[in-house]
Amino acid sequence: MIEVISAARCTGCNICVQVCPTNVFAAVKGGIPVIARQDDCQTCYMCEVWCPDDALYVAPNADGTEGITEPELEAQGRFGSYRRSVGWAKGGRVAPAPQIMSRLRG
Amino acid sequence: MTSTADNLQVATRLDADVLVIGGGPAGTWAAITAAAQGAKVILADKGFCGTSGATAPSGTGVWYVPPDPGLRAKAMNSRWDMGGRLADPVWMRRVLDQTYSNVNLLSEWGHPFPQAADGTQIRTSLDGPDYMRLMRKRVKAAGVRILDHSPVLELLRDGSGAVAGAVGLRRQRGDLWQVQAGAVVIATGGCAFLSKALGCNVLTGDGYLMAAELGAELSGMEFSSAYAMAMEHGSVTKTRFYDWAEFTYADGSPIPGAASKGGRTAIARTLSAGKGVFARLNADAETQIAMRHAQPNFFVPLDRSGINPFTDRFPVTLRLEATVRGTGGLRLLDESCATSVPGLYAAGDAATRELICGAFTGGGSHNAAWAMSSGAWAGSGAAQFARGQRGRAAQLYRAGGVGIREGKGARIDAAGLTHAVREIVLPYENTYQRHGARLEASLSTLDGLWASARSADEASRDEALRTREGLAMLATARWMYRSALARTESRGMHKREDFPQADEAQRHHIISGGLDEVWTTPAPVAGPALEVLAA
Repeated sequence: MIEVISAARCTGCNICVQVCPTNVFAAVKGGIPVIARQDDCQTCYMCEVWCPDDALYVAPNADGTEGITEPELEAQGRFGSYRRSVGWAKGGRVAPAPQIMSRLRG
Repeated sequence: MTSTADNLQVATRLDADVLVIGGGPAGTWAAITAAAQGAKVILADKGFCGTSGATAPSGTGVWYVPPDPGLRAKAMNSRWDMGGRLADPVWMRRVLDQTYSNVNLLSEWGHPFPQAADGTQIRTSLDGPDYMRLMRKRVKAAGVRILDHSPVLELLRDGSGAVAGAVGLRRQRGDLWQVQAGAVVIATGGCAFLSKALGCNVLTGDGYLMAAELGAELSGMEFSSAYAMAMEHGSVTKTRFYDWAEFTYADGSPIPGAASKGGRTAIARTLSAGKGVFARLNADAETQIAMRHAQPNFFVPLDRSGINPFTDRFPVTLRLEATVRGTGGLRLLDESCATSVPGLYAAGDAATRELICGAFTGGGSHNAAWAMSSGAWAGSGAAQFARGQRGRAAQLYRAGGVGIREGKGARIDAAGLTHAVREIVLPYENTYQRHGARLEASLSTLDGLWASARSADEASRDEALRTREGLAMLATARWMYRSALARTESRGMHKREDFPQADEAQRHHIISGGLDEVWTTPAPVAGPALEVLAA
């Protein structure tokens, strides 16, 4: 579930408020958005993929919260790891050689 | 009882030739195709067109087969028997043609397909985030107006019974919108009962309910028993990689007969007995690299949980995908994807996929092909129908019923209703492994829930969406189980413990419908019984 919005990273663009398919976030006038309906989070990670500032963290547990904190996430370099993995961050997604990829076909 | 739409407190009133409900692959293809024919199109999504639904957060194969007769015949025959020979070769051929042309368009539009060793593009899979971001961009470029966070609450009709638009909620503002339209495309996806299978929680059967309120019929709702594998407590349902898995109990001893394909029953039984099922993927170093690149989203949750799936045994679970991966849905009457309601079209998972898959779907490739093909046809059919409706002076009537009309009873407790439906539908022994006695018992509870909801008073604005979702899931479960009871055999994904064999006399479709009284009736299949299919 969505667990963290980093106040240090978030620029208040409210893209997450717009793109979350289950309407989990709420915009706050003059501030950064809040996680308003955490129980509605379906753990689809789309907010992380669309966040241009790598300010969000979705924990892998879809059934409950884990309580991970912002300093822990920073220490482990987890902010933005989903966006990087799908190639939406700078540098894209570098493909292994076609011969290696062909191992999944057949 | 008729009720006109005049008294609705609507904040935004809009007009369109075609209203598309749902902004996943089927809805976006419908919108683009209708707009290309000159129709004025509005697309309303419950969430956000570009992230909503099962496709956007995932990667999916596509049934993309070059027009070579040998390859096409092989593609058609590959699932023919598995699907219980309920598919229709005519529809398989036209889906293969349409998908080929749509995917080639995606390449022209710049979708980042991977390259093969010879430098050609590999167009047999799509990365969901890229695909759906591109589709949103193309929908906007086509001049379609998108209403995000705008779930439909009910359809509108004219005096003749033809569909004439919809009313919905602007859920980030808390007021209502209304679109008067010449035709409507239902592209709301299937129903996964809020199981948290990846991207599926917006898929609560809403389109089935609103179409059925106008009298539309469904087909193949017994083919609704799909579950997908995920890491325990995880949401990422990428079943294909479990082809590499060995399944064990917690102590590391193998679970007899357990496999991702053809051994799912052993896994479901072990889980329902309360014992954990553990997986470890056996793949060599190069295959691991290929897997990580092909489906990064499979690995991110595992990485975040500190699990190396190639060395650690990790607990897995099954999440219900019901009619999202199952093949049941709204019945189509012709090649334009028309339903039996004039002006109402259906596409994607909201429409029956039996036409190309019959009684079984495995991976996503047919589903992705179906969504883009049926979407294009429904959009085209709706645009043509709407041309004949221009200038109609219609009195609009509300088609919605339960939960949003004044009633003598108390308001529906939406959370309670949803909980009650999920208690019945989620367990494997009710939905995956079926038995007549359990189906009867489930139906008795579900019919009771509907009967008591029937007299409920209108939901508050805040609870209207959840109330309608709960009712849509309830109605969906009743069509599923009534159809499952009518099919006294096992065929495709529909497995009856009391009728474990296929019965050739039941090689037919089961049509269903109705709200207060749910009915089923058999309908003949179009396809040949025995011969091998030629492209």
